[in-house]
Amino acid sequence: MTLSQRLRDIDWIDVWLWIFRILIIVGVVIGIVRKLFFGAGTAYGVDDWLDFFISGLSQGGLYALIALGYTMVYGVLFMINFAHGEFFMSGGMAATYLVASTLAATGFMNEQPIIYLVLVMVFSVLTSMSVSLLTERIAYRPLRRAPRLVPLITAIGASFFWQYIFRGFFGSAVKAFPVPTILEGRVNVLGLDFLKVRLMVIIVSIVALIALYLFVQKTKTGKSIRAVAEDKDVAALMGIDVDRAIATTFAVGAMMAGIAAVLWGLVFKQVIFSMGFVPGIKAFTAAVLGGIGSIPGAALGGFFLGVIEAVGPPLILEGLGAPGAHQLKDVTAFLLLVLVLIFRPQGIIGERLAEKKA
Amino acid sequence: MTAMLEINDVHAYYGKIHALKGISLNVEQGEIVTLIGGNGAGKTTTLRTICALMRPTSGFVKLNGEDLNKYKPSQLAAKGVAMVPEGRGVFSRMTVLENLEMGAFHRKDKAGIAEDIERVYALFPRLKERHGQVSGTLSGGEQQMLAMGRAMMSRPSLLLLDEPSMGLAPVLVEAIFSTVEEINRQGTTILLVEQNALMALQIAGRGYVLQTGEIVLSDNAKSLQRNAMVQKVYLGVE
Ligand SMILES: Nc1ncnc2c1ncn2[C@@H]1O[C@H](COP(=O)(O)OP(=O)(O)OP(=O)(O)O)[C@@H](O)[C@H]1O
Ligand SMILES: [Mg+2]
Repeated sequence: MTLSQRLRDIDWIDVWLWIFRILIIVGVVIGIVRKLFFGAGTAYGVDDWLDFFISGLSQGGLYALIALGYTMVYGVLFMINFAHGEFFMSGGMAATYLVASTLAATGFMNEQPIIYLVLVMVFSVLTSMSVSLLTERIAYRPLRRAPRLVPLITAIGASFFWQYIFRGFFGSAVKAFPVPTILEGRVNVLGLDFLKVRLMVIIVSIVALIALYLFVQKTKTGKSIRAVAEDKDVAALMGIDVDRAIATTFAVGAMMAGIAAVLWGLVFKQVIFSMGFVPGIKAFTAAVLGGIGSIPGAALGGFFLGVIEAVGPPLILEGLGAPGAHQLKDVTAFLLLVLVLIFRPQGIIGERLAEKKA
Repeated sequence: MTAMLEINDVHAYYGKIHALKGISLNVEQGEIVTLIGGNGAGKTTTLRTICALMRPTSGFVKLNGEDLNKYKPSQLAAKGVAMVPEGRGVFSRMTVLENLEMGAFHRKDKAGIAEDIERVYALFPRLKERHGQVSGTLSGGEQQMLAMGRAMMSRPSLLLLDEPSMGLAPVLVEAIFSTVEEINRQGTTILLVEQNALMALQIAGRGYVLQTGEIVLSDNAKSLQRNAMVQKVYLGVE
């Protein structure tokens, strides 16, 4: 083979990808080395790093909860439900305006903080579930047999629809989410110093994730969802009502989003009609990171994204000399997405869809 | 006496493709009836029409005199119809046991279900050994056994089999077919779709020959085996 022939055989996209991969790895290594061994940027102690890690974990728990909705719906319908961020927003908004503010104003919140949290949570979950079931029934179900692009665009439309509905009802101002005083401050557990709210988020999200996993693995309804995800016709022949299984999938995903919305309110202490957008995209990123369609993948992807987002900027970007590295949290998240898509398109623990079919 | 399954002048389309052009066939209680035909003849389409996965544009499908057209596919299991789909259709990410449980999805009698799982294990001891294994990792033959076992879990009165011999070694085909006979002896009526006419006609009582969406022949299995056209086209006898 002559040199010119060889040159023609090279796939230039591959070359570019390889250069990109090498640059990224070199960049990450240089950043970490400069940070840890040459003290670039701000000096952090062990406590600071632990703090980054813990806040990353709790943020990751929120992403994981929201990511489940994306991954489960994708699992049964092969559709990216871009309105899922709005299912999250609807729960948070309705619960804050209709329940939380009232209970805080009457003083009930601090007299009965546990009951208060439960009420707010239940109300948020019910709202998210209703919004999700309505969207599924009216906007998605009639399009079940349409080409794939159609429901995708409908989902974007539904997302705008719900944003404007909630803005119309509750206005476009930022509303404070009332946090009970017992959740303020820090607490020491196992020698680690947590913000109380962060600890609560970590615990609640892990419990919810485990409960959901058991539901899908062990219950009859959960198994019917898994059967529908594999083959709708065969599932129907088993006597499974496919429409109902799909609606249940939406409802369960929205339930997790509703829980996440209240936890989000507790951490950030405010809600607004547009609050679903960024967490929605981040959670979608987490779902893709873990391998979309996989439930453990979504959980893992969520925590992974949360931690990288919190630890990445100070560790890597400061080491590279980026000014204001903490403002680059979102950049880290999406850079991570691009990286995973380049290095491992099927996600961390996902299988390639093509192989799955074979 | 009305037939258990009665298909009368059924037409079905995929878009503009006229897949079934007026099919009529009957299956009586307790029979094994085979439907043979080459690739693309419309065998799978016929079974999908029976299961309400496809709607005929005209004609009807009746089970024990009742029109099946008004039901959703998910209601047929409770009516006593079960299908082993083409390519087995096992839930590959679920375990063997979970697949069997799915077969009994519409049933509520826990004790009866447990009993039937044991019956399936007696029919296919291999499934018992592998009950915890994810089905996607089973061999082709084992997946066929699983698909049949799963169909039996609904205690069907009518079992539809779509090319159970496809892709299996001859020994396995023998084993599968003798199990079909055994299932029939235990009281299940069977409609067997096959390209392997030689084997199908050995266990069936009667048969229909389907060509490009039309039934071109129907007779008892013995006569079909001796029929010149069947011998030439489906049995490879010169
Ligand atoms: N989903 C579909 N869309 C369009 N045409 C289809 C579809 N499925 C089947 N057909 C067509 O309908 C006709 C009958 O197909 P069918 O699957 O019933 O054949 P078959 O007898 O089961 O064949 P095989 O032995 O290969 O499974 C064929 O011409 C086929 O191309
Ligand atoms: Mg076929």
